[in-house]
Amino acid sequence: MLRLTRRYPFAASHRLHSDQLSAEENARLFGKCNNPFGHGHNYVVEVSVSGVAEEASGMLTRREDLDDFVHKKVLTRLDHANLNTDIPELENVVPTTENLTLLIQSWLAGAWSEFAGGNLQLNRVRIEETGRNSFEVKG
Amino acid sequence: MVLITRKAEFSASHYCANPAWTPEQNEAMFGKASRPGGHGHNYVLEVTVAGEVDPVHGMIMDLKDLKEIINGHVVEVYDHRFLNHEVPPFDRVIPTAENIAKDIWRRLEGPVKAQHRRLHGVRLYETPDLYVDYSGEEG
Repeated sequence: MLRLTRRYPFAASHRLHSDQLSAEENARLFGKCNNPFGHGHNYVVEVSVSGVAEEASGMLTRREDLDDFVHKKVLTRLDHANLNTDIPELENVVPTTENLTLLIQSWLAGAWSEFAGGNLQLNRVRIEETGRNSFEVKG
Repeated sequence: MVLITRKAEFSASHYCANPAWTPEQNEAMFGKASRPGGHGHNYVLEVTVAGEVDPVHGMIMDLKDLKEIINGHVVEVYDHRFLNHEVPPFDRVIPTAENIAKDIWRRLEGPVKAQHRRLHGVRLYETPDLYVDYSGEEG
């Protein structure tokens, strides 16, 4: 298997809070992440594509094409956003990085045909919320 | 099965161009990377070997042996070289990160097998923001 991964940083804020739990339960479950005004992270999202390298170029994809696609579909929406209030898809969802990873995967997979033909697959989406934790889903 | 990974670094220069194309076509595909004078990277290589833990010495393989294999078959060949001019097959194969990862796999697969271990994958960082994984045709 041949896979290429690009890493993209973005900064965003969030507050972890579930409407289905009491104030005390939220505080206990999410700790400081439940503080009412929210807080932010320098996230890094990794997007991996896999397939067969083109014979003529020796590449799975032009780097610029992948960068443009990820910028358009992901980074313009998330960078310097408040995940609780600025992202309609997260309106009734706790904006944990698990849910954010799934959302990014759905954005990329949903628009994949705009970017790539059948020879290139979305292989994985992985997010580092901080340098010490990460979340990933298969493409 | 347990995986172990050993990291190595080498610095090398390269350029990416298809000789059958015009300079304009190469610029369109590879951007600045197509300039024939070349440019360099501090490549970082991660080599992962799979195996069972030996009941006597408690290891999959001696990391010292793996380090020597990587140094002998990759680092000594690639380090401080202009890949297009000095390291076959890159006189005829475009040294994209994809093709370098595949070439490193080819160089390491036999020597690791000779140690009765299985090469699981190679990961090559061209920059901290771009890496390629290769795990063979079947992997």
